[in-house]
Amino acid sequence: MKVLVKRQHTFQEFEVPREPSQTVLDVVTYIQRELDPTLAYRYACRVGMCGSCAMEVNGVPRWTCRTHVDRVAEKETLTIGPLRNLPVVRDLVTDMREFFDKWARAKGAFAGRRSRRDDFETVSPESKRRRQADAGIECIGCAVCYAACDTVTWNPAYLGPAALNRAWTLVSDVREDRNAERLLAVSGEDGCHACHTHVSCTELCPKGISPTAGIAGLKRALFKA
Amino acid sequence: MNTQAMLWALQRASAAVLALCVAVHLVTIIYAVQGGLTAADILGRTRGNLAWALFYAVFVVAAAVHAPIGLRAVLGEWLRWRGRSRDAILALFSLSILALGLRAVLAVFA
Repeated sequence: MKVLVKRQHTFQEFEVPREPSQTVLDVVTYIQRELDPTLAYRYACRVGMCGSCAMEVNGVPRWTCRTHVDRVAEKETLTIGPLRNLPVVRDLVTDMREFFDKWARAKGAFAGRRSRRDDFETVSPESKRRRQADAGIECIGCAVCYAACDTVTWNPAYLGPAALNRAWTLVSDVREDRNAERLLAVSGEDGCHACHTHVSCTELCPKGISPTAGIAGLKRALFKA
Repeated sequence: MNTQAMLWALQRASAAVLALCVAVHLVTIIYAVQGGLTAADILGRTRGNLAWALFYAVFVVAAAVHAPIGLRAVLGEWLRWRGRSRDAILALFSLSILALGLRAVLAVFA
C-alpha cells in the first residue's frame, strides 16, 4: 500500500505492507519503526481513550488508533497529515496548547457549591439535565472536532466545538456554581454565537458526541439568562 | 440577556417571520401571473388595501432586522471588522432597508 506522509511542506512516500485489522496508527508506527525513525507522531493508549493520536487521514480528521485502513484507504493509498487548525510542531505532531487554553477560556473546570465536609449531592441519572450532561461528557479531547471545524479556520479566536461542548456539560450540571460567569465566557462572536452549524464536529466525533447540540443548548441558555 | 444573545434571538424571530412572508409573497406572485400581469393589476389589488400594506410593512421590518445581523457576522468573520464603526454602518444599513421598503409599501398602497 502506498502511504503519503506530510512532513513539513512536502509529502514523503512510503510502501507499507497490508495486514488484517490494520489501523492507521499501525501504519504510522510501522513507518517509524521500520522505514524512517525520524518520523514524529503522538500516541499513548492505542485503544481510543487518551485522545492523543488524532491525525488527518485522506483529508479527514480521525482517531488513528481506532480507524481501520480497510475503511479509509482509497485505491490502496493513504495520505496522512497533522490535524488542521493547530500549529505543527513536527511531522504529524501538533501543538495542542491553544486547543486546551480555549477549554480554560470557556471555564471548563468544575466548580461545585459543596465542600468535602458536605454530604454528596443526589443527582438522578434519569433527570433531564443529567442526561444532557452525560450526552457530552465522554469527550477525550482528541481535537478531531476542532480540526474539522471551518469556523475555527475562519476565526482562530473561536472557542471551537470541544470547549463549548465541555461548557455545555457543566451548564447542564446541577451541582455547578459558576454558570453565570461561564455563560458570559462562551457567548459572543468568539463563542457559541459564531457557530455556523455545519455539523462537521458532530459527524466526525469518534465518541459520537454532538457538540452542535451542546452549542444550540448554550444559545438557548444564554437567551434565558 | 446579553447583546449577542439578544441579536441571536432577534435574528431567529425575524427569520421565522420572513419564512412566512417569503412563502406568501412567492405563492401570491405565481398565482397572480397566471393570466398575465400589468402594473394596473397590481395597483388595483394593493391600492387602499390595508391588509396587504400591513403584510408588506411587517415583511420590510423583518428584513431590516434580519439582514444587518447576518451581515454583522459576515463582516466580523471575513473582514475582521468589529466594534462601534461596524455597528454604526449596519444601523444605517438597517434604516435604509426600512426607509426604502416602507416607501415602496406606501407607494403601492396610497
